[in-house]
Amino acid sequence: MNLIRTGKAGTLESSDVMITVRNNPANDIEIKLKSIVEKQFGNHIRSFVTSLLEQMDVHSVIVDIDDRSALDCVIRARLETALYRAAGIKVFRWEEME
Amino acid sequence: MKLRRTMLYVPGNNPNMVKDAHIYRSDAVMFDLEDSVAVQEKDAARFLIFRALTCIDYENTETVVRINGLNTPFGEDDVRAMVRARPDIIRLPKTETPEDIEAVDALIGAVEKEAGIEEGSIRLFAAIENARGVVNAYRIAVSSPRLVGIAFGAEDFVTNLNTQRSKEGMELFTARQEILMASRAAGLHAIDTVFSDVNDDEGFRREVTLIKNMGFDGKSVINPRQVSIVHELYTPTIEQINSARKILRAIEEAEKEGSGVAAVDGKMIDKPIVERARRTLELAQVSGIYLDEIDEEVPNAE
Repeated sequence: MNLIRTGKAGTLESSDVMITVRNNPANDIEIKLKSIVEKQFGNHIRSFVTSLLEQMDVHSVIVDIDDRSALDCVIRARLETALYRAAGIKVFRWEEME
Repeated sequence: MKLRRTMLYVPGNNPNMVKDAHIYRSDAVMFDLEDSVAVQEKDAARFLIFRALTCIDYENTETVVRINGLNTPFGEDDVRAMVRARPDIIRLPKTETPEDIEAVDALIGAVEKEAGIEEGSIRLFAAIENARGVVNAYRIAVSSPRLVGIAFGAEDFVTNLNTQRSKEGMELFTARQEILMASRAAGLHAIDTVFSDVNDDEGFRREVTLIKNMGFDGKSVINPRQVSIVHELYTPTIEQINSARKILRAIEEAEKEGSGVAAVDGKMIDKPIVERARRTLELAQVSGIYLDEIDEEVPNAE
């Protein structure tokens, strides 16, 4: 997936997460995490997001995460939304997302 | 007996409400991708509900997704995503004609086939929200074997009629009757519209009593507080349960003597009354009442 602009999704409401993604000129995955549950779940969130990025074939990205104790499925939905927005993709292949 | 006394609205882009949607014990939760989601957030809500439905266990609560209409830029993608997320029901808003239902039915069927989901397993609800839909109610009701119910949406309806909602609801009377008749004739559930003033418990109780007495199976609700009120009003009272038992005992004895008619407290009991008594007991049972624990000494009432 080729990120052509900054993509953002989510809110700072309780149980939500705000995720911003943009292309990383260093050609690497860089995750900046701020979370109210960082001490308990910081490592889990970082490895969960990294594995999702790999699954989606995204290898060159800076991900800013501002987490308000979101469930994994919410983090996943917000990351997907931000990435598709950043890639300018409007046709979704749901069969590949199951 | 399938209960649909309450269908709780959940805005589709609100994770806090989406994750806790089932804890209020409504019979159904309806995740909304339509009016409660801003146009620029339609993609975000669709991803959120897709992921929530595939990872959160909503237990016995029926899951419903209100999609955008197929005449919008979002409807087709909503169907393509939601069928794969496998909610129990897809609800089509602003249904005006049988063709609206036939189109969404065909698309659901095609995606079920692609995804290897048993064909016909995703059910449909039609929401009727304007005069054209009301006039076509029966034709809509029989337009697809996937349909399990019709919901009435009064806010758009009164706008279409150039009027506004009143506490008495006279402006909704014909539409409610038409939707109810069409649903009953087609063997579907009929669900009444929302009551928007969440601080007016008394008005809400009056409206629920009215639509229950008209014959509606339940109501769309917008606030968790409204769930227990609807369930309370839909649950038979001890007096009604005892009256139903007395009727069934009397008819059983009459049948033993070769008659289909009996008398209870001086009133004639025949087939339709017996049917209503059976329904009362069934409704009590599925509403969670332990019939064996009810003291039959409590005075009876009609």
